Order: sequence, then structure tokens, then C-alpha cells
Amino acid sequence: MESIGVLIVCPMNTYLEQELEKRFNLFKFWNFPDKTQFLNTHKNSIRAVVGNATAGADAELIEALPKLEIVASFSVGLDKVDLGKCKEKGIRVTNTPDVLTEDVADLAIGLSLAVLRRLCESDRYVRSGKWKKGDYKLTTKFTGKTVGIIGLGRIGMAIAKRAEAFSCPISYYSRTEKADLKYKYYPSVVELASNCHILIVACPLTEETRHIINREVIDALGPKGVLINIGRGPHVDEPELVSALVEGRLGGAGLDVFEHEPYVPEELFGLENVVLTPHVGSGTVETRKEMADLVLGNLEAHFLNKPLITPVV
Amino acid sequence: MDEEAVNRPLVLVHRPPNFHFPFRHRLATQFNLFDPFDSPDSTRSSLLCRHAHNIRVLLCVDPTPVSSDLLSLLPALELIVGSTVGVDHINLPKCRRRGITVTNAGVAFSEDVADLAVGLLIDVLRKISASDRFLRASSWAKTGDYALGSKLGGKRVGMVGMGKIGSEVVKRLQAFGCIISYNSRRKKSAIPFPYYPDVYELAVNSDVLVVCCALTEETHHIINKDVMTALGKEGVIINVGRGALIDEKEMVKLLVRGEIGGVGLDVFENEPHVPKELFQLDKVLLSPHCAVATPECFDALEELILFNLRAFFANKPLWSLVNLE
Repeated sequence: MESIGVLIVCPMNTYLEQELEKRFNLFKFWNFPDKTQFLNTHKNSIRAVVGNATAGADAELIEALPKLEIVASFSVGLDKVDLGKCKEKGIRVTNTPDVLTEDVADLAIGLSLAVLRRLCESDRYVRSGKWKKGDYKLTTKFTGKTVGIIGLGRIGMAIAKRAEAFSCPISYYSRTEKADLKYKYYPSVVELASNCHILIVACPLTEETRHIINREVIDALGPKGVLINIGRGPHVDEPELVSALVEGRLGGAGLDVFEHEPYVPEELFGLENVVLTPHVGSGTVETRKEMADLVLGNLEAHFLNKPLITPVV
Repeated sequence: MDEEAVNRPLVLVHRPPNFHFPFRHRLATQFNLFDPFDSPDSTRSSLLCRHAHNIRVLLCVDPTPVSSDLLSLLPALELIVGSTVGVDHINLPKCRRRGITVTNAGVAFSEDVADLAVGLLIDVLRKISASDRFLRASSWAKTGDYALGSKLGGKRVGMVGMGKIGSEVVKRLQAFGCIISYNSRRKKSAIPFPYYPDVYELAVNSDVLVVCCALTEETHHIINKDVMTALGKEGVIINVGRGALIDEKEMVKLLVRGEIGGVGLDVFENEPHVPKELFQLDKVLLSPHCAVATPECFDALEELILFNLRAFFANKPLWSLVNLE
């Protein structure tokens, strides 16, 4: 398989890159300053693209690679892959579901605790020497707070299971109500936001869910409400979110994703009711290895004409 | 004391001189609160002596020491109602000898303490506060991704202490797929997890230690150099008990030398002083003893204290009893 050309579109994981290099003829997109030239030269040898949450395979790239057979994403979200185009051209697409579900759900709860109990801010308080002058102020209890989840797929359900261990009443919004669930369903995000303390975004990013968190939802969540986003940056109207936080119209936010990563609105840096993490939802040593193995496994299966492990298209 | 108050049950309020607990007024409507600090220095002790033989209940506000001497002044004392979970400021052996019942804030506080313990653990393993710092320093765009964290699921968590707080922590951690075992003064038959009579053995078999036991003579520095070394280079320690449960000097040395993976600490040996070496370390998460610092906690404490005072004078069972054995 060493002659099969695989294009990896951005740096994502050293182990994955090393393993890809061992098995395939790996092209690292970021090493070629002139992308057009590169694609022209190598378009006939590239049969696979490896992408992630940052960069995938858009229509332009797909069109530039006439021999493309498979796009293997090092992520579960596929908003950076033009799925319609892939279907049209018979290109297979795989992602990394299940292996990262727990890590992402863990982070959602971790961010909720960090925001409500001001973990980052009180750590800063101690490190700056302020504790010597007086106690830190009261924060807010997490146990028992109502949790609203947008999207009750694998990750949404894992978040619900964890929040239940803290006796949090769970409610949700989803495209359709799910039968046999003990959680309360709301037919709109605004209604969900009006009836929960902590609102967690856990749905895929599609045209319908872009800016699903808008001004109306933020207002409904209110000055005591907390938004947790472990989905995608574009789920949230970021300028609206920033002004709501700065003006105190929203109680707090825990954000792992942003509209223009790695750029984070600087107005957030001065706020103590906000916790910011650099897109680390699946960012553990253990899970990234499992994700990498899944990407490798899917590529191998494809080129050996075996069934794909986690196909989406 | 006003005339009406005289007919209500008498409660001695034992508090630090400059501290007025917030629900005093509510208690004052139902009990005759005798607060020696309401009187000037000169008359305080004689006033206490005059009423001592009537005092059956002492309300201990904050961890104000209840010493052997104070107990000797109160021959009729039957109950101490504590307002903290820790009771290391109360002379428990003397209470045991005198048959004095002690209640603490366990029932009111356990959930918040457990929430903090879990929050600290997730933060340390997933580097939440450290990467938040990294982001705010505008480093994400400049230097690229932050270091990977470590998965919570599948971690072997050794609970040091399995009382109310320990049980609440375990209930939460199970939902994250942690594997639980514990050390406690005695094995508890109702608890289904593996028991280790020795904290060292617990550490050998754990990836994480969560310290939430009472501070007593036996548990002072229960987390010592050997235990910390046994936990290993990737090991994580979370302490929401008392600072003196950990040999802090040793811990700092081991952290600086890279022989412990990380720590999340809400308590320290000499609060509010924190060893400054810890400020340089990203794998350390520091919290200013605020496990119970939520309004909900204090509301629950108020209800618990009110409940226990009423129950005592009505000869009914009390909540949140401290086991004095």
C-alpha cells in the first residue's frame, strides 16, 4: 500500500501521521506553500484524504482530486466534509464515533462544574496571593440544577447519564421527540432555554443548526443561565454571545469551540464567569490513539476491499 | 435576654468574636440564644458560669474550638451542634466520655463537597484551568494546541474515606466509568467496592486518590511520601478533607520532581498560605477552601441546624450524627 497517496490536510496527531507514513505515501498539505501547484502535480496519486474538525474535504478539494476514493475524518463531526459531493461521486466517508463520546461528555460536565464553581477563577485567586487577604466569594451549587441538552445522540445521552448522577433534572431539544425517555422534551430551543439553568449544545453542525444559539435563546437562558458548547463554534452566534456575557445578560459560559478557531474573542478574557478550552473535547492521550487507530483501520479496510468500520457515506 | 426568649429552650452560641452567623435572627425566634460575645469582656465568664448548669445544647459556629476546659464549664451539656463537616476542633474523646452527642454539617454539605471533588478531578485530568490560562494568554493561535489530557473513564479511583462525602463522590464518579475502591477506618459491608485496610495498598492499586476523610490523630499525614510514591508518576490526588491529611512538604517536593502526575487541592496545612512552589506548576489546581461556599450549602445548613435543635428539645432523632467511636 506504500504507493497509495494519502493527503492529510492539517497537523492533528503525531502517532497518526507516523502510522500513515509507514503504510502509505503520505502528503502533508501544510508542507506545500503553493497548494494549487501541489494538487496539480499529485492529483492522480491521491486516493484518500484525512481531515478533522478544523479542515476536511470541501467541494473545491474534492473536485481537485479525481482519484479520490475515501475521506477518513479524525473526528465525529463531519461539517468540514461536503457529504453531498462525496455521495455524488461515490466517495466513501468515515468518522470516529463512540470512541470519543465519553471524553466529550466528561468535558461538558467538567466545564459546567468549572463555570458554576468558578474553578479557574478561584485557582487564579490563590495563585495571585489574594486568598491571604480574604476568602473567595460564594459560587453556585451544581447538583440539582436543571440541565437542557440540544441533541440527544450518543454524546447528548452520555452527558445526560453523567448529569443524572448529580441529581440534575434533564430536558432536551431534538429534531424529533424520542420515545421511552424519562427526560422532558421541548419542541423548541427557546422553550428549552427558558426552562433550564445549564444549556448544553451537543448536536451536529448542519445548515439547520448553524447559530442555533442566537439572541433569542441567549435571552431566554438569562442572567443566571449558563451555556456550555462542546459542539461546533458556528452553533453559536458568537458576537451575540460575547455581548450578552460582557453586559451580564447571560450568567456564564463554558466554551470548547469557537467560530474562528484558534481565535477566541478577547473580550472574554477578562470575564470570570467564562471558562475557555482550546477544542479539547476528545483531547486525551487514550482517546486520540483510539481515534487514530479507527482512521487507520478504515483506510486499511477500504484499500483491502473489506467493509469499512465506521462509514457515514 | 428578653422576657419572651426566657421561655424558649436555651442554646449556647459558641462563635469567633467577630463573626455573626447569618440566620441568627431566625433561630432567635424559636430558641433562647445565649451568646457570651454579646456581653462585654468583663462580665462574659461570670455570665457563662451563672447559666452553665442550664445549658444542654451548644451551637458551634465555624470551627471554633470546643476544648476540654470549655466542656468542663458545662456540666449539663448533652449536645453539640456543629456547623462544619470537620469536627477536629471539638474535643471528641471528652465528648465520648461524657456521653455528649455531636452532629455536624455532613447532611447539608456533602453534595457540594462531592461536586467540588469531581470538578477538581475532571479539571486536573483534562487540564481545564491550565488550558483556560493558556487560551487567555493568547497562546492557542501562537503556539498551537495545548497538551493532551487523560481520560477519566477506566481510571482506578481510591477513596480515602467513605463517609457521606465519599459516598456522594462515588455516586458521581461511577457515571464517568471510574473503577472504585476504598480505605476507611473499617470495612463497610453495605459498600460493594474493594476495601483496602491500608492506604499504601490502596495507592498501589489506584490511578487517583480522593481524600475526603476526617482529620484525627490517626489520619494526620495519612497521605505520606510512601503513599504518594506508590501512586506513581501519573498519579493524581484530590484533597477536599483537611490540609493536614497530606504531608504537604513531601507532596511539594514530589510534584516539583515530577513524581506525581497532578493534584487538585481545596485545603492546605496552613491556610491561607499555599507553598509558592505550587504556583509554578500547571499540573496543580488550587482552590481556596471553598467546597461548601455556595448559598445552597448555607441554606441547607440553616435548615439542618434548625431541624436538629427542634428535634433535640422534642426528644426526636437527630440528623448528621458524628460517630464518636
